Amino acid sequence: MNTLTDPRENEQALTQAAVKGRSLWDDARIRLMRNKAAVVSMIVLGILVVLAILGQLGVWVHDYDTIYRDRVSIAPTLENWHLLGTDAQGRDLLARTLVGLGVSLMVGVVATLVSLIIGVTWGATAGFIGGRVDQMMMRIVDILYSLPFIFFVIILMVVFGRNIVLIFVAIGAVEWLTMARIVRGQTLALKKMEFVEAAEATGVSQGMIIQRHIIPNVLGPVVVYVTLMIPVVILAESFLSFLGLGVQEPLTSLGRLISTGAQDMEVAPWTLIVPAITMMVTLFCLNFIGDGLRDAIDPKDR
Amino acid sequence: MFAFILRRLLVAIPTLIVITALAFFMMKVAPGGPFDLERPMPEEIRQRLLAAYGLDLPVWQQYLDYMAGLVQGDFGPSLRFRDKDVAELIGEGLPVSLMIGALAMLLAVTLGTFLGSVAALRQNTSGDFAVMAFAMIGVSIPPLVMGPILALVLGVYLGLFPTGGLNFDRHGISVLVLPVITLALPQIAIIARLMRASMIEVIRSNYIRTARAKGLSAPAVIIRHALRSAILPLVSYLGPASAAVITGSLVIERVFQLPGMGAYFVDAALQRDYTLVMGVVVVYASLIIVLNLIADILYGVLNPRVKYD
Repeated sequence: MNTLTDPRENEQALTQAAVKGRSLWDDARIRLMRNKAAVVSMIVLGILVVLAILGQLGVWVHDYDTIYRDRVSIAPTLENWHLLGTDAQGRDLLARTLVGLGVSLMVGVVATLVSLIIGVTWGATAGFIGGRVDQMMMRIVDILYSLPFIFFVIILMVVFGRNIVLIFVAIGAVEWLTMARIVRGQTLALKKMEFVEAAEATGVSQGMIIQRHIIPNVLGPVVVYVTLMIPVVILAESFLSFLGLGVQEPLTSLGRLISTGAQDMEVAPWTLIVPAITMMVTLFCLNFIGDGLRDAIDPKDR
Repeated sequence: MFAFILRRLLVAIPTLIVITALAFFMMKVAPGGPFDLERPMPEEIRQRLLAAYGLDLPVWQQYLDYMAGLVQGDFGPSLRFRDKDVAELIGEGLPVSLMIGALAMLLAVTLGTFLGSVAALRQNTSGDFAVMAFAMIGVSIPPLVMGPILALVLGVYLGLFPTGGLNFDRHGISVLVLPVITLALPQIAIIARLMRASMIEVIRSNYIRTARAKGLSAPAVIIRHALRSAILPLVSYLGPASAAVITGSLVIERVFQLPGMGAYFVDAALQRDYTLVMGVVVVYASLIIVLNLIADILYGVLNPRVKYD
C-alpha cells in the first residue's frame, strides 16, 4: 500500500493515464486489486455467496427443515454426513447455516437497495432544489437521526406480523438517513465546482455534464457507503431475529441461529459457534471490501 | 449559550410529541389487545376491563388522556402486570440499564480515545496495525455474537465471570464485567477509528508544528493542543453512540439475563401492553434527546469557533 504514496509512481500512473486514457474507475479498480485484504475478502465472499445459493437450492444431502428425532444435538461428525452436527431439534446444522446465510445476505442486499432509493431521492432533491426546501428536508433528517429508531422497527414488526418483506422495508426505511446526507452534500458541492462551471462555459450540454461529471462523482461515495451499509443491515436483521422478531421458523437467518445457539450453548456449543463464525467471516469480508473500495475510489480520505 | 439550550429544549418538545404519537398510533393499529392473549373471557368482563383502562374510547381521546397523564409524570398502570404502575417497572429497570450503559460508554470513550491516539501517533507501525485490526474485529463482531461467545468461553468454560442475572450479593461487581465489555466493544472500535483519523489530521496542522517548534514537550503538545481539537469528531459522535448503546443493551440484557428496561420492551410490545411500551419509548427517547443536547453543548465548549445564535 505504501507504494501508492510514492510520488514517482503517481507520476508514472499519470503519464500512463495520458497515454491509455484510463478512466477514474480503471484507476479505482487497479488500486482495489492492489489491496490484498479486499481481494481475499472478495474471493471469500464469492465462495460464501455460491454456498448460500447452493444452500437455497437444497443440493446438500440434508434439508434445512428435516427433523431427525433420533439425532438431536449431535456434535460435528462424518456419520450420516452431519458435518457440522445437528441442532437441539435434530436438524442438520450445515444445511441450516447455509440457508440462514442466504437469508441474511438477501436481507442485506434488498434492504440496502430500499435505503439507497429513499436516501438518494431525498438527498438529491434537497441538494438540487436547495434553499429553504433543502433546509427543511435536512432538518427532518436531523430530527429523525435523534430518534430511537429501533423501537419503531420493533413496534412495526409486532404490529404487522413478521414477514420478510416487512423486514426489508423496515430496515431500509431506518437506514437511509446517512445516505441522504452524503448525496445531498455531494450534489450541493458539485453544483459549485469549477470543473462543472468550466464544462458549462465550454458549452458542454446539461445532459453531458450530468453524465460525465455529476453521476461519476456522486457514485463514488454512494458505492462505498452501500458496501459498508450491507453489513449494518445484516446486523440489524440479526438483531431483530435475535429478539425473536425476524424471520420465522423453520426458515432461519444467521441472527436467529445465533440466538438459538446461545440458548443451547452449554449442551451443544457448535450450534452457536458455527453460525457465529459464518457471520463474523461475512461481516469481515464486507467491511474489508468497503474499506478497500473507499481507499480506491477516494484515496485522499484515508 | 442559555438561549441556545432553551431553544434546543423547545425543539425537543415537538420531537417528543411526534415520537409518542407515532408509537401510540402504531400500537393501536396493531390487531389484538392486551386482554386477548389469555384464555377467552366473557365478553361482558372484557368490555368492563377495557372501560376500566379507558380503552373503549376513541383512539385520539386515549392519546390525549395519555399525554395529559404524561405531562403530570403519570405513565399509567401496566396492562399486563396488573398490580404495578409503568413508573414502578421503569424505576426497577432503568437504574440497571443506565449503570451498564454509562459504564460501557465510559469504557468506550476512554479506551477508544487512547487507542486511537496511540495509533495515530505511531502511524503505520505495528502498534497502529494492531489497533486497527482490533477496531476491525470490534466493528465486525456485533454484541449478539460477542456476548454469547464471551459467556461461553470466559463464563462457562473458564469460569472467570458469572454469565447470568444481576446478583451483587453473590458475585460482587464481577457480574458487570462481561455485559459492559460486550456492549462497549463496538463503540471502542468506532471511537478508536474516529480518533485515529482526526488525530492524524490534527498533528499535521501548522499550529502543532508551531507548538513543537517553540520547544513544548511532546506530551504537552499532544495533550494540551492536539487532543483538544482532535476530540471534536468524537464529541459529535456521542449522540449516535448513546443511541447505539441503548440499542445494544436490548441484546445484552437478554444475553446476560439482566433485569433492565430493554428486557421489558419486546415482551410488552408482543403482549400489547400499550402503556409499558409507551413508557419505555418515552424514557429512551428523552434520554437520547438529552444526551444529544449535552454532546452539542460540549462541542461548543471545546470548539470556540461555534457561535450560539
